[in-house]
Amino acid sequence: MSDKFTIGRRGLLGGAAGAAGAAALGLAGAANAQKPLVVGFIYVGPRDDYGYNQAHAEAAAVLKKMPGVKVVEEEKVPETVAVEKSMESMINMDGATLLFPTSFGYFDPHMLKMAVKYPKIQFRHCGGLWTQGKHPMNTGSYFGYIDEAQYLSGIVAGATSKSGKLGFVAAKPIPQVLRNINAFTLGAQSVNPKVTTQVIFTGDWSLPVKEAEATNSMIAQGVDVVTCHVDSPKVVIETAERAGIFSSGYHCNQAKLAPKGYLTGAEWNWERIYVDMVNAMKAGQAPGNFVRGGLKDGYVRTSAYGPAAAPAGKEKADAAKLAILNGSLAIFKGPLKDNKGNTVIPAGTSYVATEPKLESMNYLVEGVVGATS
Amino acid sequence: MQQALERIAVPTLALLASAIAFGLLLAVYARVDPLETFALMYQGAFGTWFSWQNTLTRAAPLILTALCTALPARLGFIVIGNEGALVVGGVAGAAAGIATSGASPLVAQLAMAVAAMVMGGLWIALAGALRQWRGVNETISSLLLTYIAIALMNHFVEGPLRDPSSLNKPSTWPIGDANMIGTIPGTDVHWGLVFGIVACLLAWVVLRFTTWGFAMQVIGGNPKTARMMGLDVGRYVLLACAAGGAAAGLAGMVEVAAVHGRANASLAVGYGFAGILVSFLARHHPLAIIPVAVLLGGIGASGGLLQRRLDLPDAAVVVLQGIIFVAILASETLYGRLLPRKREG
Repeated sequence: MSDKFTIGRRGLLGGAAGAAGAAALGLAGAANAQKPLVVGFIYVGPRDDYGYNQAHAEAAAVLKKMPGVKVVEEEKVPETVAVEKSMESMINMDGATLLFPTSFGYFDPHMLKMAVKYPKIQFRHCGGLWTQGKHPMNTGSYFGYIDEAQYLSGIVAGATSKSGKLGFVAAKPIPQVLRNINAFTLGAQSVNPKVTTQVIFTGDWSLPVKEAEATNSMIAQGVDVVTCHVDSPKVVIETAERAGIFSSGYHCNQAKLAPKGYLTGAEWNWERIYVDMVNAMKAGQAPGNFVRGGLKDGYVRTSAYGPAAAPAGKEKADAAKLAILNGSLAIFKGPLKDNKGNTVIPAGTSYVATEPKLESMNYLVEGVVGATS
Repeated sequence: MQQALERIAVPTLALLASAIAFGLLLAVYARVDPLETFALMYQGAFGTWFSWQNTLTRAAPLILTALCTALPARLGFIVIGNEGALVVGGVAGAAAGIATSGASPLVAQLAMAVAAMVMGGLWIALAGALRQWRGVNETISSLLLTYIAIALMNHFVEGPLRDPSSLNKPSTWPIGDANMIGTIPGTDVHWGLVFGIVACLLAWVVLRFTTWGFAMQVIGGNPKTARMMGLDVGRYVLLACAAGGAAAGLAGMVEVAAVHGRANASLAVGYGFAGILVSFLARHHPLAIIPVAVLLGGIGASGGLLQRRLDLPDAAVVVLQGIIFVAILASETLYGRLLPRKREG
């Protein structure tokens, strides 16, 4: 049995003291070259889900290749006291000084509780909930404006669809999801104003059977491009491919699952954020507390176009991407009506990605078939 | 004496057999050293004070939810609606906590506990009543009730009880920091552990030393005989189901009042289903539930370490749990055969 597996009581105390020391040193700018920076990742689902968790795990794999960095990972950790214990275990037993609990529900109360208990450890959470003055300074959050990538995917979908009917399998009618559905639809409408998006909410983040049923029922209704916002798009994309219709990915690249029908997809590019944060730690600084960005910052991207993507759609999506990058295109701008006929953004108003009102979006735009409740 | 010996020897043998089977799987399929794995599991579950607290924190909800299966099982009923009782208990507890948020913490905590236990109790009593008076199989109905419970939870959490500021993870209003029940002093294990142990002791005393317990044994042995003896079978069925449901409901309240501070979808993470496993492994004995829950809590606690150090998937510990479950069920046949009986005459 090798030494690293025998952690006696004394060894643990030493390890914990070492971890605390490393944190202090790290922040003082004198990181010990021999002691690697231990970074902990916690995922709510399996690491290879072709979705939310894989997007993070792929970025964690990039960190593993950095010199002086050790990555420890745990998958399928529920949003309960279990995640608190996983964080504590990584701190106490592995000497982790930078933790990325990646699931939305890990933040409050779990990560906040641990951050108070371990003030020398840095916690960064994916989801954008951190507020200056309200939350501890050793915590922070990061997120990407992935609706920008969804808008581009929508353009390709709208241009490629023959029936003009798009499908969206969504987990819950919460602001982040509604924003994606709306951006995707607005993108599609920018190339074909008659496009409609049928949305089905399954009710939870990982319900493969319901996701397959939703996809099949939309295909039966004449939908010929589907996309989704659930933890793992695998089932939706595979079901679409089997039925011979087009699909647009989410979270990470699913082209492998649908070599024929995969058009493009909205992907996270977390490695940009993780590498920055790890470099900050190595330079003895605390990583940013509030990190957000979209296409321009490289935090989100679109998948390479698949063989079925319509050339006109690719062209228009590339043009829209340039316009988003140079700031001349706003996705959410008035006049905009929801699908009940109410004006949600008045004429002449245009929202930039950072607009707080977009964070509490509670409507579906005109052209979306479905209801938020 | 021999019986007592058997009760210890048979499960021990079953656990040993499971360990060997799991070790073989590790060596052949995962290609890791089984001894190293077991040493690591021991470290993660019981090796340090931190590990112990980790284990006990995970065991706490399982002790309470296991009673939901164990108590009706004394009457020969197999109830598996633990998860549903926990969920409705948690939501009722949160609702009571929100309603009494102006009152003193003790009043609010009592209100939460009572609401959770009443709701959980009614939930499982419903399955008992359906069985007793309508002949509906209680195993199926209690399982189906779980899905209704989760749907109801989603309705309340995303509708009437929703805190509008919980944008992307719909939750109820918080019950407030003052009303949280906190941890056992000197540890970071919440009070749910104590509630569970007290509930198991109480169940054992009632089953072992009272006429109620005796009546339940008679019914469990043969309901027809019990009826002929003039026992009100229906009443005992409802009582046992309600008591079990109340225990699981209390587990839901503990999740709200000691962990989350509010009710949301994190209530339904499988504590109820794990409780079924615990109850069967404990052969529905209230006292045996405690060590079994600690064992399963320990397996859960060590799972993370196995992932991090040996790169094993999360499924590794689930496989171990499954092997133990099968081994314990299979070992039932060993009772009465393991040790040579004294021959008469």
